Order: sequence, then C-alpha cells, then structure tokens
Amino acid sequence: MAIFINENTKLIVQGITGKEGSFHAKSCQEYGTKLVGGVTPKKGGSEILGVPVFNSVKEAVKETMPDASMIFVPAKFAAGAIIEAADAGVKLIVCITEGIPVYDMIKAKKAAAANGARLIGPNCPGLIVPEKSKIGIMPSSIHKKGNTGVVSRSGTLTYEAVYQLTRLGIGQSACIGIGGDPVIGTNFIDVLKEFQADSQTQAICLIGEIGGSAEEEAADYIKNNVTKPVVSFIAGLSAPEGKRMGHAGAVISGGKGTASSKMKALTDAGVFVCKNPADLGQTIKSVLV
Amino acid sequence: MKIHEYQAKELFKQYGIEVPFSVLCESRGQIEQAIKKTGVPCVIKAQVHSGARGKAGGVKLAKDFQSAVKFAGEILGMELKSSQAGIKKVNKILVEQAVSIEKELYLSLTFDRTNECIAFLVSSCGGMDIEETAKISPEKIHTCLIKDTFNPVETVKCLGFESDITEKIARIAQNLYNLLIEKDASLVEINPLVITGNKEVKALDAKINFDDNALFRHEDIIALKDEQEENPYELEAQKYGLNYIKLDGTIGCMVNGAGLAMATMDVIRLAGKDAANFLDVGGGASSEKIEKAFKLLISDRNLEAVFINIFGGILRCDFLAEGVKNAIKTLDVKCPVIVRMEGTNKQQGAEILNNSGLRFTVVNDLNEAIEVIKNI
Repeated sequence: MAIFINENTKLIVQGITGKEGSFHAKSCQEYGTKLVGGVTPKKGGSEILGVPVFNSVKEAVKETMPDASMIFVPAKFAAGAIIEAADAGVKLIVCITEGIPVYDMIKAKKAAAANGARLIGPNCPGLIVPEKSKIGIMPSSIHKKGNTGVVSRSGTLTYEAVYQLTRLGIGQSACIGIGGDPVIGTNFIDVLKEFQADSQTQAICLIGEIGGSAEEEAADYIKNNVTKPVVSFIAGLSAPEGKRMGHAGAVISGGKGTASSKMKALTDAGVFVCKNPADLGQTIKSVLV
Repeated sequence: MKIHEYQAKELFKQYGIEVPFSVLCESRGQIEQAIKKTGVPCVIKAQVHSGARGKAGGVKLAKDFQSAVKFAGEILGMELKSSQAGIKKVNKILVEQAVSIEKELYLSLTFDRTNECIAFLVSSCGGMDIEETAKISPEKIHTCLIKDTFNPVETVKCLGFESDITEKIARIAQNLYNLLIEKDASLVEINPLVITGNKEVKALDAKINFDDNALFRHEDIIALKDEQEENPYELEAQKYGLNYIKLDGTIGCMVNGAGLAMATMDVIRLAGKDAANFLDVGGGASSEKIEKAFKLLISDRNLEAVFINIFGGILRCDFLAEGVKNAIKTLDVKCPVIVRMEGTNKQQGAEILNNSGLRFTVVNDLNEAIEVIKNI
C-alpha cells in the first residue's frame, strides 16, 4: 500500500519549462515517477524531457490522463494554477510554490475541495513514497523504503530527519511535506489518518513548528485515533514572539502558537517529543523495537 | 507589513470611514503650526509601529496650547518603550483634534487562521486591551466568521444600540471589509471606535497589517513602508533576497530552509547559548548569495562564533564552501566558524574548506555541533 501516490501515478508538471520546474521534473522522472506531460502557457506543442508540453491543464488532461500535477508556477499565478488543475479534474495537486497571498489560497483551497481534489502544500517540498514515486523537490538519495511515515511542515528539517532514519537503517513508507503556509490543502490529521490505515507504516514521525494550532489539533486526533507510536519535534522553541520565522505560517502571535504549547499537547497525547532534532532518528528506532 | 496610524487613517478616509482632523509633524518646527490648525483640546500621538503607545507615554491629551506644545516637544524624539515592540525612537507625531466621547467600541476584521476565513469582531469594550477582554469577559466580544458574503448588521445589533448608530457601525464594518480584501490586509483594527456627543461614529485609532506575499500587487502600500522602523540588518538582507531576523544572542547562524534554521536556533539554545540571528539562505542559493549572507552575518560585532548548518538538497555543499571561503578571505573574521554540511557534494565542499588555509571546525552532526558550541 502506498500513500496518495504509487509507481503507477501519472504526473504532469505545471511550469515545466522554468528553471526549477524542469530541474525537479527531471529528478522525479529519474526517480521512477511516470512523468507524462507538462504545462506552460504559450509553449504548447513543444517537448521537454521526452514528454509533450501543453498550453493548459485541460489539454494536458485530455491527452495524457494524469493522476497528479506538481506546480512550480510563480507565486503571482500559483493560486490560479491550482484552480486550473482542480477545474480540469486533476485529483492530486502538489503545489511547491512559496509566497502565495493568503486570500488567493482560501479561494484555491475551496476550488480544490469543490472538485474533489486533494491539494498538498503550497510552500512545501512535496511527497515521496521511497523506491516507488516522488512528486517533490526532496533529495532522492537520502530516502529508503521502509516502515516509518514522515509528515512535516518544513522542507530541509524533514531531510534532516529522513537522513537520520536512513543512516540508522530505518526506511520510510512515505514522507509528506504539508507546507509552511497558514492556509494549506492537506493537514497533519489528513496524513495521520493515512498512516494509521496503512499496513506498511509502523511508526510516525511528525515535524511541526511554531504558529497556528495544527499540532494541537493533531495531538487531539492522535489521542483518540492513532495506535501507532508517534515521535515528534517542534521547531522554534527559541523563536521570539511576533516575528515571522521564514515560513509565512511560522509566527507566534498574541502568545498563541508557541512551541511549548504544541510540545505539551503532543506529550499529553502520548507522543514521544524530542527536544533535540538530532535525537529524532534514535527515538524512532527505540519505538520500532 | 505594518504601517503607521496616520497612514492607516488616510486609507480609512479613502474608504469613507470618518476620522478626526489631524496634522502630521516630522520636525519641531512644524509643531506650533499643527496645533494652530487642529485647535485645542488636541491629542498628541507618537507614530511608531507598536501597540500600547498610551501606556508607554506616547499618547497625551492637551487641554490648552501651551501644554500641547510641551507634550508634542516631549513625545517627538522620545525613546518609546512599549511591552509590545521594545524601544522605538519617535520620529513622527500626529496632532489630532480631540472629540467628545460618549462610548468607546472595538472593531476589527482579521484573517482567522484556525477557520481559514475572515473574522469580524466587535465589542462595546473599546479602548482596552482586547486580549484582556477576551480573557476576562469573552461574552463582551461578538464574533462573526465570514464564510461567504459579509453581513455585519446582525453582529453589530448584538451591541444593543439604536438603529441609526447600528447602521453607521455596520457601514464602517462593510467599508473596512472592502479595504481588507482590496488591499490584502491581514488585519484592520479600530480601537477605539467612538460614538461622539453628536452621535457620530469615528475611528480614533487605526491599525492595518498587510500580507507580505500580496505586496507585489499593491504599489501604493509598498510606498507606505517606513524604513526607519526596520532593523538595518534586516533591510540589507532583503536586498539580497535573504530571510534574516536579528536576535539577541551571540552565535551567528546560517542555514538553508526555515524549519532547519529554527531547529538550529533551538540546538544552539540546547548548547547553553542563544542565536544572534535567524538566517535562511533558501534552497537554491549561489556561492555569491552565500558570500553576501556571510558578510551580513559577521557584521554583527557581538558574535562569539558562527555556526553554518546546511542540508544540501538543492543547495550544493561545494557552492556553500566556495561562498564561505571567499567571504572569509576578504573579511577579518576573528570568531570561530563551525560548519556542518550534509547532502549533495559534501566531499567536494569539505575539500574546499580543508584546502582553503583557513580555520574551520567541521562537525558531522548536530550533537557534535552542540558539544563544540558548549565549549566556546
């Protein structure tokens, strides 16, 4: 069983002819992902990485029947790109783009929901089911197939955790970056649900950060619904209030969204909370035994 | 992005929200003229990006001309110390006509993160700290989550005013909502919104925050940015597209990715020290960008050490090493530089640093980094 994607998932890339888009489309293709096409307005009819480029998602859907789309469109147009993919009937939309205005995202999220599409991101590294399929920008080489599910609001911090796991010989069932923005398509609970139901997954690594209340909600969900061991790290224990720490969503405001509140909620829900990110790998190892 | 009260009030006027007559002063020479224009009594208000200005002595009511001149002279140029924003120098003051106040209200529209929609809040407990009110008597704050269209009247009715006042407040709420949406504001707040002796409804204060991600489509808002309110290091960093926040500690750090940058700050604290900054050089940084970032980092003179923590996925370790080497060559770096690199081209990166003839402490993982930082 694989989560959201598997070796048969057919992928198109919106913004495939851009620098980032082509670089990562190639990396996904090399990993084994079935890349079937790309979309760049006004570049329809050309070809890149051995696949056709279309002017619109609608055309791409008609010709290639993709299961998923990965978006590298600039922030100004990215919400429009999500809506275009949803309207064209793509059922899994992974938006890598960072910096989308929040009111645009509210609209885009509604459009995805109205069309029954799952949106992952934006402002995320995407997702990978090791040794099967990758729709994202994570470095392929650090991943290994296995039984730990990783879900995170961060990019490089997730690579750090995955790298520790792989070095200890612990593989991953899936690694899913849900994104660092205040409005995101798929949240912790959506992914926890999948990990709990997935027979391959035996432990869960949840990486959160300051801002919002997603970790507190996840803790509540874990308490009542997750029987598999969960290990967590929350970034930003030393972050000051009122400052946006890189991610648009990583800000403590009015005393809310602190790392300590999240760590407490998770600890109370029976989650193993690491204070030191360097301990994530070893802690997962200890719960798997 | 934040703006000043006087700028927010200009926007209010554009959206048909009444504010008292006021004059802005940026120098002492303008004070008397301004007070003559507004007349007395008037209110002198420090224009700084901070809440709780009144408690900090930045807002004063003057009953006659002499005291107005005195207060204005005191507030302009003062170092305002507030609980919300630390110490800020007052470079501008607003001289505003005082109005007769019958009732003080609170009104705001804000992006509600938990519900992923806009929330409308109104309360008859204006003028006070709204967070306090929310704690002590939450029933006094009436909230409406705006899922589709905005219909403020029903919520405003909860305040229990006669119909013409209710209508006036609802109209203000509607205008404020239009402002919020059209200008991509994440918060618009009036505290207090007052009912005057003549039954007029006026915004005595004005606060607006904007979504930084949406500034690209609002040139008029970008023009309102006051660079004097920004940290000079942070301004410099913005020029190079670096994500930098100045902090109070002594360990400078440079990291790729926001989550890892925050985690690195946490690791520094586990070692008993504090980070001097947050610095995310981003995913695809070039060696030039790394060099700029490093220069910025060490321009902070209070550093005990620099910790570079890079997980190279997209960012290649050899690019990083090249940038750091070039930066250190041209600068006089006195403090130790600790480097942890992982990922793409790690070997080449390490070779560049080892062959540079410069002194680095290369560590293999975060636990080793903690040990090294502890012993500085």
